[in-house]
Amino acid sequence: MTKFANILRELKSYPSAVAGVSVILIMVIVAIYALATIPYSEAVRLWRGGDNVWLETPRNARPAWINKFRREKLPESIILKTSEDPSLKTVVDLGGGVSTSDVVFTFDYQYDAFPSEISMFFTAKFDKARPNVSMKWITPDGREIRLTDMTVRQSESYRISQDNAVSRRVGGLLPEIGLFADPNDPSKVMKGTYQVVVEGLVFEEGSTLDASLVVYGQVYGLAGTDHRRRDIMVALLWGTPVALAFGLLAAVGSSLTTMTLAAAAVWFGGWVDYIIRRINEIVMILPLLPILIMVGLFYSRSIWAILGVVILLSIFGSGILTYRSMFLQVKESGYIDAARAYGASNARIIFRYMVPKVIPVLIPQFVAQVPNYVFLEATLAVLGLGDPVLPTWGKLLNDAYTSGALFNGHYYWVLEPAFLLVVTGLGFAMLGFALDRIFNPRLRGL
Amino acid sequence: MSKLQATTGRAVPARSATTGTFARIARYTLVRGVTLIVTVVIGVYLAILIANGGGYVDQMRIGTVREQISLQMANNEALRDMSLQERREYEQRLVDIEIARLGLDQPFLVRSFRYLWNGLTLDLGSAEYLLSDSGSRQVRNILGERLGPTLLLMATGQLLLFFTSVFFALFLSRRYGTVMDRIVVALAPTSAAPAWFYGIFLILIFAALLGWLPFGGMVDAPPPQNPWLRALSVVWHLILPVGAIVISSIFYTSYYWRTFFLIYSSEDYVDMAKAKGLPSGAIERGYVLRPTLPTIITSFALTLISLWTGAIVLETVFGWPGIGRLTQMAINLFDTPVIVGTVVIYAYLLALTVFLLDIIYAVVDPRVKLGGGERRS
Repeated sequence: MTKFANILRELKSYPSAVAGVSVILIMVIVAIYALATIPYSEAVRLWRGGDNVWLETPRNARPAWINKFRREKLPESIILKTSEDPSLKTVVDLGGGVSTSDVVFTFDYQYDAFPSEISMFFTAKFDKARPNVSMKWITPDGREIRLTDMTVRQSESYRISQDNAVSRRVGGLLPEIGLFADPNDPSKVMKGTYQVVVEGLVFEEGSTLDASLVVYGQVYGLAGTDHRRRDIMVALLWGTPVALAFGLLAAVGSSLTTMTLAAAAVWFGGWVDYIIRRINEIVMILPLLPILIMVGLFYSRSIWAILGVVILLSIFGSGILTYRSMFLQVKESGYIDAARAYGASNARIIFRYMVPKVIPVLIPQFVAQVPNYVFLEATLAVLGLGDPVLPTWGKLLNDAYTSGALFNGHYYWVLEPAFLLVVTGLGFAMLGFALDRIFNPRLRGL
Repeated sequence: MSKLQATTGRAVPARSATTGTFARIARYTLVRGVTLIVTVVIGVYLAILIANGGGYVDQMRIGTVREQISLQMANNEALRDMSLQERREYEQRLVDIEIARLGLDQPFLVRSFRYLWNGLTLDLGSAEYLLSDSGSRQVRNILGERLGPTLLLMATGQLLLFFTSVFFALFLSRRYGTVMDRIVVALAPTSAAPAWFYGIFLILIFAALLGWLPFGGMVDAPPPQNPWLRALSVVWHLILPVGAIVISSIFYTSYYWRTFFLIYSSEDYVDMAKAKGLPSGAIERGYVLRPTLPTIITSFALTLISLWTGAIVLETVFGWPGIGRLTQMAINLFDTPVIVGTVVIYAYLLALTVFLLDIIYAVVDPRVKLGGGERRS
């Protein structure tokens, strides 16, 4: 225990080690937070749920904090719903089951850029006769622009941005631009209070009509959204436990098995040693990534299956030679002879006397290996072999790459997962380097 | 033992000593070559077992047979009058005969060895979806076309990485403790990220933001007619991917080798050389670099192995038309023959790299030359 305390004290004298440990701690906290707030099934639903989950978020929106660094403010989404605010709706009974259901959405638009889309969603309750709605747009300077008339099914969406008729009425501009543009200078936004008036007509007793207006912004949340309107934050949060688990399990799994095998090879010597060394020579030449690709393609893309194969292939990797040379020295120690003299079994000698002796040397190597595996997961995901259901950092990069994020200027989409990968990788690597210096006296001071 | 051999080796006349050295290097190279070939064969066999575990190789062979036969039948005028039922039965009979002829009805063990041979000779039939640029469907042609760009990119990157690292490490070991030395030590952990990762940032900075260099690809589109201009355009496109390779590894290799040089430069014979008043360049070359070279080459071999497989994503990120990009395309199209082909190619490339480094090792390591001692592993 005092030895452990000594190591801790020594670690404190390395700024990089302190930084590495803090990064790892923060990552662990984020991972726990992610697991606690978004359960597994919820994460899968959010990421795979399709369009219905992310109906009201903008497409390819940048993170909201970007406005702090810009003089021209980008719009955030404006969402108004009669289901949440019944005061927006006025119902007048006309008798005979017919009633009007008028909705006035009023909002203040003070941004310097145009919204990315405008949509209206309706939900109606009726038996046979569908409600009828007619909508118009009132600008701050009092112009009225007719949008459309339509009958509403149980659930109806009206994408104003895709309505060519509206586009014609605002002078051929895209609706989301034309409706907000200053008529004297169509490149500028007219700031002020806008109104959207929905005049609904309901034909049945007990039939209701609810409407919501979504003016999609260009910024969203802390992390922005991707091409399928999903909040990138979900994947950033959930990617943390996945990356940590994958990196740590792969590193622990491969180094412990490698070490045990190396100990066995040295202890038994002879043909066991020979076979293990020959297998090592083969594995060194096996192209790891292509084999993982084949496993991912032909068998399972599950991250845990890939993890198993990674461990299996790295057992006989280059590490086994390092451990072997260390065990060769350990084998000659006096206490091993003593153990043999009192009749300890082979397994007891390997696990109780040889392996513990090498563990201090293992720790730096093990810590330094974690980033390799974290990046391996990302590498596979970038190749399109990511876990089919879980959101991970690598899958974000893959999505960004396949939709040409860098080419289209969606830098945040690439930078956010890349930043987390770098920080995690650096955290473990810096700690590993510092530990290596502490445990390898030869490197001390160099 | 080794000492004895070393002394006897030195005792014989100079002429026969050199031929003896050559013979020993040749023998060493031969043994390593044969070992590597056996290793590649085992590796490819494993790859085929993995691919065939899901029955994919068989499926792809039977698929090719079926396609060929239905094509033959479609071109055969004499079969036009047959009813659909008869045609189907006739086709099935032909397919059965062909499958028996190809030995697909034989036990798996027998088949697997033939697949091994086909894999090793890259005789993998035709691709399912991909075409080579010249329009061929043969896997061998598709792979052959892509090999050149991969070799160009990786050889440039690896050679540049090796020489810059060695000289940078020597330079740093001379300036031990300076600000630059400390910066490199601090930057060493950045090598945890693979080359493609730095590639993304390089594209972001130099292509997207500054617009100085192209986003990806190998030549301008359309390629310039003048061969000199075309070569220049290729070099232009090489800068970013090669830069990514070098940046991803240079800090770690420099740090590692610098530490190594520092440990070796505190040896007594170096002090002796200094005391003799040798110029510092000669000390570095003859007394520090020379004895560490074998170890450096071994450590470089390990770097290369990870670089080769990292190339798959690097090429994908840069749209470089090599084997890696092909692998990614084949994954997306699920083109099994091409994927098996790329695994084989990568096994060959890895083995070849290790083999080349082994030869250099043999030339550089005096223990191999003098026949004393075993190769350190």
